[in-house]
This record gives sequence, C-alpha cells and structure tokens, in this order.
Amino acid sequence: MSADTWRKISIAVAVHVAFVAVWWLAVILADVPEFILPTPWLALQTLGEENYNWVRHFSITAQEIFGGYILAVVVGVTFAVLTTWSRRLDEMLTPLLVTLNMIPKVAMAPLFIVWLRFGIQTNIVITFTICFFPILLNTARGLREVEPELLDLVKSLHGNRWQVFTKIQLPGALPYVFSGMKVATVLAVAGAIVGEFIQSDGGLGWFMLITQEALNTDAMVMALMLVTLIGVLLYGSVILLERIFVVQDARVE
Amino acid sequence: MSEAFISLKDVRKVYRTRTEEFEAIQSITMDVQAGELVSIVGPSGCGKSTLLKILAGLHPHDGGDVRIGSAAEPFDPSRDIGMVFQQPLLLKWRRIRENVLLPAEILGLPKKEARERADDLLQMVGLAGFEQSYPYELSGGMQQRAAIARALVHDPKLILMDEPFGALDALTRERMNIELLRIWQESQKTILFVTHGIQEAVFLGSHVAVMTSGPARLAEHMEIDLPEDRDLAIKTDEKFGEYTRHIYKLLDLD
Ligand SMILES: Nc1ncnc2c1ncn2[C@@H]1O[C@H](COP(=O)(O)OP(=O)(O)OP(=O)(O)O)[C@@H](O)[C@H]1O
Ligand SMILES: [Mg+2]
Repeated sequence: MSADTWRKISIAVAVHVAFVAVWWLAVILADVPEFILPTPWLALQTLGEENYNWVRHFSITAQEIFGGYILAVVVGVTFAVLTTWSRRLDEMLTPLLVTLNMIPKVAMAPLFIVWLRFGIQTNIVITFTICFFPILLNTARGLREVEPELLDLVKSLHGNRWQVFTKIQLPGALPYVFSGMKVATVLAVAGAIVGEFIQSDGGLGWFMLITQEALNTDAMVMALMLVTLIGVLLYGSVILLERIFVVQDARVE
Repeated sequence: MSEAFISLKDVRKVYRTRTEEFEAIQSITMDVQAGELVSIVGPSGCGKSTLLKILAGLHPHDGGDVRIGSAAEPFDPSRDIGMVFQQPLLLKWRRIRENVLLPAEILGLPKKEARERADDLLQMVGLAGFEQSYPYELSGGMQQRAAIARALVHDPKLILMDEPFGALDALTRERMNIELLRIWQESQKTILFVTHGIQEAVFLGSHVAVMTSGPARLAEHMEIDLPEDRDLAIKTDEKFGEYTRHIYKLLDLD
C-alpha cells in the first residue's frame, strides 16, 4: 500500500476515535442521564449481559441484510441482462418495473407477512425489494452505455451479439453494477431493521423495541452500533470486490 | 493500370428518418489502387464518415456501385477491414495487449500467433514495454497508437481512419503523421484517411480526395506527386504549397 493510502486510513481511524471521544466527553460534561444517552463504555458493557442474546440477534439481522442483498444483486443483474438482451422483454417488463418501483416497499410488509408468514424469510424479502431496483437500474444503464463506434468496429468484423455482449457490454457494465450495489448497501440495512420493527421475534431491530420498553438505552445504543457494524462489513466487502474486479480508471463514484 | 483495389461508381447514400430523406452523398466516383494512402478532406457534414461506413459494410448505399478487392488482391469483407476513430475507444478494463487483440478474438484467430503479432505491432507503433499497461496509464497519442495496432492485428487489407488525430495536440499530431507514413510503408496497407487538416491530407496522401457539401460529392481526386519518403521539411516545398492552395480553392476557402 502506498503512503497516501496509509495516510487516508490513519485519518479515517482518527476521526472515528475523535467522534467517540466527543460523544463520551459530551455525556460526562453535560451530565446527560444514562437513559437519554449512555457513554460509549456503558453501551459496550452491555455486551457482557448474557440475557441479551447478542449472538442470536446479530446473526438474525446479518442473515436478513446479507440474504436480501445478495438475492437483489443476483436477480437485479439478471433482469438487467434480460431487458438489455431482448427488445421485446424490455418493452414488456420495463414499464411494469417502473410502476412497481413506485410502490413504497415497506408498505408491502403486511402483505408479505400474509404470504410468507412470520419470520426471517419475510425480512429477507423486504430487504430484497428495497435493494432490487437501484441495482437493476444501474446495471441496465451500464449495459446500454456502449460507444456506437465501438459497435461499428465489432460489426465491421462481423462480430455477433454474443461477442458484443460478453466482450464489451458485460465488462463495461461492471462498474455500474458496483455503483448500484453501493447505493443498495444502505437500503439493505434500513430494509432489514424496518422489517424487524414490523414483524419478527429476533434480530437487532426487534431487540431495540424490547429494550426500549424497559428504557435500557445502553443496550439500544449497542444494538444500533452492531447494526451499523453489519452495514460497514457489507459496504467494506463490496468495496473490496470492486477493487479486485474493476480497473481503477473505470470505477464509477 | 491494373485493376483498382477499390472502385466506386456514382455511389449515392440517402439517410431516411421517419419524416424525411436526406441525401448524405450525391455522387462519388473514384478508384483506389492497392497500397495507396488516400486522404479525404471536405467540410463538416459532407459525408466523409458516411463513405467510410459504406466501405466498412456498416451502411448500405442507395445507388451506384461499390467494389472492393481485385483478382490480385481478393477482399474478405468480414476480416479485411481495420478501423480507427477520432477517439481511441480502448476498453478501459483490458490491458493494452488485450485491447490490441480484440479483433483477433472476434475473428477467432489462433491465439498464439495473434499474440505474437500484437506484440510486433506494439513494437512497430512504438509501444513496446506497454503491453501490460492499462489505457488510462497512456497519453492520448499513445492510446491512438494502440488503436492503430488494434486496426492492424488481424492483418486486414483496408484500413479506414476517421479523423484519427483530430483530438490530439498539434505537436503530437505532426509526430503521428510521420509515424503513420512509416507504418503505412512498413505494412503496405491500403489506407483511407479522413481529416479536416488540408496540410495533413497533402502531407500523408498519395492521393487526396476533396469532397464538397451541398450537394455532397467528390470535387476532385488528385494525385500528390511528392516523394514517398516525406519529412516535415516538405511542407515548405513549393509543390506542397500549390497542392494545399488548390484544395483551399476547391473548398472555397481562399
Ligand atoms: N445515421 C444517420 N441518420 C441520418 N442522417 C445522418 C446519419 N449519419 C449522418 N447523417 C447526416 O449525413 C450527413 C453526412 O454525415 P457524415 O457524418 O458522413 O459527415 P462528415 O463528413 O463525416 O462530417 P464531419 O467532418 O463533421 O465528421 C450529415 O448531414 C449528417 O447529419
Ligand atoms: Mg465524420
């Protein structure tokens, strides 16, 4: 890694540490009551509380987020490929997808419960529906963005559609796939938590509702930090994959 | 004179949109011998790119005759065309060697030979050592050299260049002109070279085709009687000046 990369990493770490420090100081100096906002240390200490079942809740929420997200990537990219490949399919599906995208996804939750029953699978589907569209739209845009002259070049060699698709369109769309995936990471976390608010018997979102009743703010804050951690892990893996698969110059910010 | 490599007779092209027809080329008649470098100049919109697209088999023409190839020099439309555009249009995610290999891949040419040829060509265009670089690591002029190597990799008989140096700065452009002459002489290809630069057209061309717009047609197809081994000093030659003045006159620019 270059010196510049190390510099950026150290700045990022320092800012995070500073953030926690300010939080800590603010709580102590302003003498904030514990049930309004605990110090970071108090929140962290709740991890030792066995009754809280952290591992179970963490793993439920992580499954919902990652499950719904990965499903959205697979299905979103597939639909983008299909609508780009076939004009007919595009004309049939795209207007419908635009309409479906207008449905407030969270409002589907009560229906999903009826269809899929109570449980983790319903939250995976809610997460999926929220993440699906940005990935589909970005990928489709990438697949369509081909220089017409490049097409001329391939056509002058009597290259076929499959060659255009595999050699130019698909690799050219990869940066856009990642751009959609990055947008979807935030949505995935929100989708899973809102899903848990609406229906669930476990997960960090559900846990927050339960601890709220007892006004255990320290546990709520800890749960929030863990949700954020899952989001950061997801985002981090996407960035890592992007670094591996997309040439620096082609990345879309 | 032997049979021409390219023979255009009264070629006409009409673009049709839903509401109207537009005559992009009224009439072009011209012969090109194998191994010539023909510059094509003319005002914007006079149909230069259209002519190249017809020759590349990308657009049908609407009248007249287009014949490419001769008994001595047979022409296979699927593998004898190399194209270079104003932008290098390299694939960002491919290394330079893999970019050059694109036509060979599309044609399904044997991998090992194609790879050797790509490396030879990169050497010829002055990019030896950059085989493993990505396009963004190269300057605009270097990228355009890679694009030229790509146009040559499948050993086509006809190279179509549409303002290939139009996006380069003046100095790089001069250098690329000299390089192109060398590449042309080394590779013995027939090249059609579209440009807006009248000096460039005369400097490079063994012939210059001057097109005019409204109606879009060939005004003159002139032979440039200057030595084949040209350097920049030739631009101060009296004959060079006469040719350029004549073209300016044809284009109503004098
Ligand atoms: N696909 C198309 N459909 C309709 N009209 C077209 C099409 N392509 C070109 N034209 C028109 O045909 C005319 C000739 O276009 P062409 O691109 O061949 O000009 P050109 O000589 O290459 O111009 P320039 O020097 O600006 O590149 C122009 O008026 C253009 O608007
Ligand atoms: Mg043009």
